[in-house]
This record gives sequence, C-alpha cells and structure tokens, in this order.
Amino acid sequence: MTMVDIGRLISLIFIGGGLLWLFISGLKGKEVDRRIIFLFIFLSVATPILFPITFGEKATPVVKAVFDKVESLPEGSRVLISFDFDPAMAPEVQPMANAITRHSLTKGHKVIFMSLFATGQALLTQSLRKVVGEEFPELEECKDYVNVGFKAGNEGVLNVIVTDFKKMFPTDVNNVPYDSIEVFDGIKSCKDIDLIVSIGGGMPGVKEWVLFVGDPGNVPVAAGVAAVVAPQMYPYYPEQILGILGGVKGAAEYESELIKNYPHFAEMDTPALRMMGPQTLAHMVIMIFIVIGNVLFFVSRRKRRGK
Amino acid sequence: MKREIPLLITFIVGVVLIVSVFVPPTETLGEDFSVFFDIIAVFAFFLGGGNLVQSHFSKARKRQTDWGYSIVTLVGFVAMLTIGLFKLGNPGGISAPPTAEGSLFQEIFDFVIMPLSATMYSLLAFFVASASYRAFRAKNREATILLVAAFIILLGRTPFGMLVTGWIPESFDILQIPNMAIWIMNSPNLAGQRAIMIGIGLGVVSMSLRIILGIERTYLGGDD
Amino acid sequence: MHVGKSTSLYLPQLFFLFLFICNFLLLSLVYAQTDDPLLNSEDSSVAIPDSELVVVAPVTSLIAEDYKYDDGKQINLSWVPSIDDQLVGSKVLGYRLFRIIDDGKPELLAKLRCGANSYSDGKLKSESVYSYYLEAFSKNFIATSTRTVPISPEREWINFDRKYLFLLAFIIGGAVIFFIESARRGKKLFVRKIAGLEAVDEAIGRATEMGRPILFIPGILDMNDVQTLAGITILGRVSQQIANYDTKIRMPVSRSLVMTAARETIKAAYQTAGRPDQYSDDMVNYVTDEQFGYVAAVDGIMVREKPATVFLMGAFFAESLILAETGNSVGAIQIAGTARPAQLPFFIAACDFTLIGEELFAASAYLSGEPKQLGSLKGQDVGKGIAMAAILIGVLAETIGTAWNVEFMNDVVRWLTILFTTQ
Repeated sequence: MTMVDIGRLISLIFIGGGLLWLFISGLKGKEVDRRIIFLFIFLSVATPILFPITFGEKATPVVKAVFDKVESLPEGSRVLISFDFDPAMAPEVQPMANAITRHSLTKGHKVIFMSLFATGQALLTQSLRKVVGEEFPELEECKDYVNVGFKAGNEGVLNVIVTDFKKMFPTDVNNVPYDSIEVFDGIKSCKDIDLIVSIGGGMPGVKEWVLFVGDPGNVPVAAGVAAVVAPQMYPYYPEQILGILGGVKGAAEYESELIKNYPHFAEMDTPALRMMGPQTLAHMVIMIFIVIGNVLFFVSRRKRRGK
Repeated sequence: MKREIPLLITFIVGVVLIVSVFVPPTETLGEDFSVFFDIIAVFAFFLGGGNLVQSHFSKARKRQTDWGYSIVTLVGFVAMLTIGLFKLGNPGGISAPPTAEGSLFQEIFDFVIMPLSATMYSLLAFFVASASYRAFRAKNREATILLVAAFIILLGRTPFGMLVTGWIPESFDILQIPNMAIWIMNSPNLAGQRAIMIGIGLGVVSMSLRIILGIERTYLGGDD
Repeated sequence: MHVGKSTSLYLPQLFFLFLFICNFLLLSLVYAQTDDPLLNSEDSSVAIPDSELVVVAPVTSLIAEDYKYDDGKQINLSWVPSIDDQLVGSKVLGYRLFRIIDDGKPELLAKLRCGANSYSDGKLKSESVYSYYLEAFSKNFIATSTRTVPISPEREWINFDRKYLFLLAFIIGGAVIFFIESARRGKKLFVRKIAGLEAVDEAIGRATEMGRPILFIPGILDMNDVQTLAGITILGRVSQQIANYDTKIRMPVSRSLVMTAARETIKAAYQTAGRPDQYSDDMVNYVTDEQFGYVAAVDGIMVREKPATVFLMGAFFAESLILAETGNSVGAIQIAGTARPAQLPFFIAACDFTLIGEELFAASAYLSGEPKQLGSLKGQDVGKGIAMAAILIGVLAETIGTAWNVEFMNDVVRWLTILFTTQ
C-alpha cells in the first residue's frame, strides 16, 4: 500500500465518518450549519485531486453521436470549432474542446478555430499551444488548421458567416489573407463546412449557432456545453444538434471513447476523466446531505406534531 | 420631445426589423441595426469606466467604509488599462496585439483573471450542496417527486449509477439508472422546458409589442 | 388602478412608417451592389506535360437557379460531380468554377475541393446576365462542363416561404392589439394572481421597517435584451414605492447603458413622488462587464450591507445560484425572475418567490394594473391557446397515424410541421 493509498483511505474514512456523525445528529433534530456542508464539499473535491481516484466511463448515445460524426467524416473535411466560453467555464468545457481538436486532427481534418467571446480567444490560444503545439508539431498553420480568432458582434457575426465567411474574417490572427489560407479553399461560407462544434454555454452559444447557421445553412452542429446548460440543448437533439457533450461527464465520456478507439491517447493528459473523481465523490456527499436534510425534516415534523 | 423622439425611434426600428423578416431587400437591416447598437454600446464603455473611477475615487478620498477595496479596484483598473494601451511588457512592442504570446497583459489574464473567474464559478459547487440540502425535502407530493428525480439524476451522472443497476437485463434497461436519468432529461424535463420556452416566446412578443407601440415606457424613465 | 392619458401615437407612427417604406423602396431601386469578391484569377490553361494523361470526366447536370426570396443577389449552382471523383484514390483533384457576366470574358470564381456538388454565388446584380461552367482537373488534364443557360437573379419583394409565420404573427400580434383596445374601452380582464408580484409590496415594506436597503439586480445583459428591459420596467414600478416610503435602494449593474437607463427610471420615480432631492446617482453604479467580477462585487455588497430585500430580475447565467444563495445567507427576502429556463431551478430552490419565464414579462403590466397593459397579457393567451391546440392535434395525429397507418393523420402532421417551421 503506497502513501497515496493510505491518504485516500484516511480521507474517505474521515468523510464517511463525518457524514455518519451528521446523520446521527440529524436524527436528534440538530440542523447542519452550511459551513459544515461547505467543509465536506471541499474535502470530497480535494481528496480525489490529492489522492487520485478515477472511474471508467462509457459514452452515452448523445456523446457517441458527436464522436461518430467526427470519426466518419472523410480525411480533409472542414471542421469549425468555436470557443464560445470565458475563463469561468473553461475548467468544464476546455477538456472537451481539446479532445475534439485532438480527434479531428488525428483524423486529418482541416480545423478552423474561432471565438465569439473576447476572452475565448486567449483560451483558444491555450488549446492550440497545448494540443496542436505539443501533440501535432508536424502540422502547419493555414494548411492543416487556421485560427481566425475572436470577432465582436455576437449573432451578427453568425448572420454574416452563414453566407460570406471572408467578409467577417478577411485574415487570420496573424494577418494572413483569407485567399492565401489553404484551409479555406472552397469555403465561401459556413454552408461549405462539414461540421460545426460550438463549445460554451453562454450567449452567444449553441442556440445561436443553430438558429443562424445550422438550421438555415443546413450544416451539422454539435454542442459542447456546461452541465447546467445541457438540459436546454435536449429540445434540439437530434434534429438540429447532432450530439451533446454535457459538462465534465460529457467530456470524460468523449475522452474515454477516444482512448477506446485510439489507445495511444491513454498516455495523454485526460483532465475530464481525472475530474470525474471529484465530481462523483461530491455528488455522493450531496446525496447524503439531502438524506440528512430529509431525516431532519421528518424528525422535526414528528416533534411538532407530538407537541 | 424628450420622450417622443425615443418612442419614435423604437417604433421605426421595431417595425423595420419585423418587416425585414418578410421583405428580402430589407434583410440586411437587422444586421446593420445590431452594428449600430454595438457602436453605441462602445461609447457607453466610457460612461461606465468613468463612473467606476469616480465612485471609487470618491470613496477612497472620503475614507468611507471599506475604502481599501476601492484602492484595489482603482489600482487594478489603471494597471490593466496602462499595460494594454501602451503594450508594456509586450515582446512585439507597441504595434503588437495586446494579447500577443508572452505579453504582460496576456500573463495577467492567464494567471490572475482566469483563476479568479474560475474560483468564483467554483463557488457553485458549495452553493449547490447547501441549496440542495435546504430545498430537496419531501414536504409534499410534488417535492417528493422532485427529490426522487434529483436522486436519479445525481446517481446517473456518476459511475455508481451503472454499478448499482448494471445487473438489470437488457430488456428492462430503461430501469438502469443512467438510462432513467437520460429519460428524465429527454421526456418530462424536455416537456417542461418546451412549455416554458413557448410561454417565454409569447411573453417576449407581448412585451415587444407594448414597447414598440409605446404603451410600455417605464424604461425611458417615468410613466406616461 | 392607475389610468394614464390615452396614447394616440398610432396615426403619426403609421404615417412615418409609410414615409419610411416609400423612401426605402426608392433607395432600393437605385441601390448599387458592392464589388464582387472575385478570387485570384488563374490562367486555366495548364501546360500538359509529355507523360501519361490522367483523363477525367467533366461534371454533368450543371444547373444555375435563382435563389428564391432574396434581394436579387444570389444564384445557386448544383451539379453531379465527375464520375472520376471518388472518396478513395480520386483521379479528380478538384474543380474550378468560372463565371461569365453579360457574355464577357470568363473569370475564375472559386476553387472547389473534391466532392463539391453545389455553390452559392452572391452579391450579384439583378440587371446582369450570368452563366457558369466548371472544370474538373486532374494532375495533367482538364475536363470542362457545358455552360449553363444565362440567368439573371431576380429580386422578390415578399418572402412567400414565410407566409405561415406571417399568419401566426398576425394572429398573435393582432390578438394582443385587440385586447389592448378592448381594455382601453373599459372591458374588465381577469389576470390570475402571481405570488411573486403580490409579495413585492410586503418585501419593500420589510426593508423600510428594518431600515436596510433594497438590492435590485437587473441581470447581466445589456439594454438590447428583452429580459433586461423587463427588469428595468419592474424597477420603474418598484422605485415608485421606494420613493414613496423613502427606502434606500442599491443597484449595481454590469452594463453602462443599463446604468444610464436605471438612473433615469429611479430619478423619474423620485420626481413623481415629489422627492427629487432624495435621489442620488450613487444609487446606481457600474461595476464591470465581466460576469464573475460582477458577481463578486454584488456578493460583497450583500454580505457587507445586508439588504433586507433582493430583487433579481433579468437575464442570469451561471451566477444565479451564487447570488441567490448569498442573498439567502444574509437573511434577505428574495424575489427573482428570469426567462432563462436553465437558471429557474436555482432561483426556485434558493429564493422566496420566483417569476417563471413569461411572468417576468407580465410583471410590469401586472404591477401597473393599467387596462391597456393587462390587455396585452390576454392577447398572449391566444398564442398559448394556439400552441396547446397544435400540440394536442399533433400528438393525436402522430399517434393515430403511426399506430394505425392512417394517411390522413400523417398528412395532418406534415401540414402542422410546414405551418410551424420557419424557412
């Protein structure tokens, strides 16, 4: 047994024991201070990070649909990935952006990177540095992928690029003219793109991509959104959105599907799979607190009726 | 005229945008009006920035309660503005974009703003727990249904859901917790969301008509 | 019930609209196209080396069609790719599309990749005549298709593809206007009680008694969002009460334009209450456009100043629960309203009262009690009636049509799909 295993065991015993003690307190009618709840959430998130706990994942149909689409596109297809999120959402959605980028480049697709969020451009640069720079150094910018960066205007941008991409992005971020970029050969508008992946969850986001580009231009759109936004995407699935990656779980499922089909990716960094440890433990702790809360409620009600 | 001119502008723009949906030659107008708004909003940045500086400066000068935070705000504001405008610490010099790789502006963004934003967002984890503890109590029938659904979704979002119900045979696989979670999201949740969205759409139509026709004028300041 | 003076703005507004449309039509007739975005010209004659030719077949069935329901600027092309254009081991390397304007010289319009079978040529002039041809090229051979029949793009003034959308908009909009007029003429309209709005007076009273401020948060979007407008209109109603009771109000905002509008609204309320000297610009202050920076500031205000009442009215995103929980922790009574379904569960869990979706837009009308505003709520109900009828008929038709294969029911479903789909 290593130190990590011992640490893991002690932490889990501490969390389990503490919750049991709170449960017994609940039976006696003692309310739990919200600071105690915060403490246990902190412990349940910190433990799997300090003493790694990971779980296997199986891709659900909504996630598999996105994977299968990227997998089935012929080599050289144009995939547009839009980084429509800000730093606050990055821990949740950036892993899925990286996973889809990795997958697309492995398949030999030509990837167009852009952002509708001002702060998304910096995150885009980070992903390019991490995924393209480190894992695909042989690829050439403008030939295999292109970064057109951020454009202000929200849905106004989408309204234009659905008919004329060059009008909105006459150059890439390095001022290379549109006509000199090999990735844009034959691309006049979004209608010529084979797949659009919108990563985010705010406004503008997936809904705007569907409303202004996907539906009118008949372009397949895939969504990668924060978990809290995912329920809103289901009305559009599978007609207007071909698949949904919802939160860290969706990203973890995509990463595990990627590893299943391309085993060499198991050696790469899989942040979403790592994050499922804290998420799972935190979910369990929340469920136990809900049970404690209900126990407390029934005990209090019985006491009041008794009086 | 102070009220009439804005009302007229509202009316004309509103009607033109409605007409542009049905009259193809006017379709680009919607896009143009969005650009006009963006231009106006950019000028408003000066208003907001000016107000921020003025209010915090005044607070610091008068040594009002918590004036120390105002100093922090002012220092941060001036620092980022100066670094971004004059490209201080930017390897590309003054002509390079402010977010060029290795620039001080980008580094402050990466190592200060991003972690701060992510920290605020991560507070949600704590607040979800405390809100769930308080809200998910079986006070009545509807609350009990909500509680059960919440449990299924929470379990379904973890590997334990499959662990607990993975033994259920294929023919009854809808009873497996992850599949139940997906069913809850796809059926009752979706129905509720769609109903709310239809109501919202109609509410927007009604509110928009009131504003376009000048019946609702509170946003201009004052009534009638 | 407050009865305002009659608004007779319709006639002047209609007159100006008529003038505007006439002006616009005149301008459209002389409107000139911007320059055509021609790609780099390339000499299409390729020197064929003295080696084995890789012969490829040309594209077939090249058709040029006017794009319907546009401003006469677009022609759509479609064709069947060359039979030598294969997914694997294709002899065809790509296509070059050429355009001829008014029988002039052919110009290279686009380079297309293998597999392409359509192209949209935009920014054209309706007075010119266009024809096209495609070259399929291999490494040393070019196969040219036949030219299309010359065509001019046509301008259509009305988009008839959207006739059903117009019909629905006309019915719903007409119903709203009809009920507004009915209410103006004195017809009594029933509006159900909305708990969150009934509690507004009590919430303001609580803050007044406790001597603590009211915190009003109008969401984090700008004035171009209808939820923010709804929030500001509610602020207008609430600030009238606040001015009467002389309660303190704090309103941190995340957009400069919202700050300006909110200041005007509150100032006008104080003036109406006869207390203009009690108003101060410091009641509304700009914080930051950055979402979580704003949340941090508002949380700090809540924890330090401990407001007795918090109004959360507008568009919220991930910060909704953070704001609501912090408000709950300081013991404030909270009334929230948003039209973002994803945030509603958080407000319902953490706030005392929540306005769900359309209730946010109805709030202003409800609080004012003005007949013409309440009339618009009634008109909304017509839309809801249509939606409910369509859902019921659709579900029944789909079920019967699928279960018993009744063709008529399948036709009903198809007709409903066409009716409610925007082209």
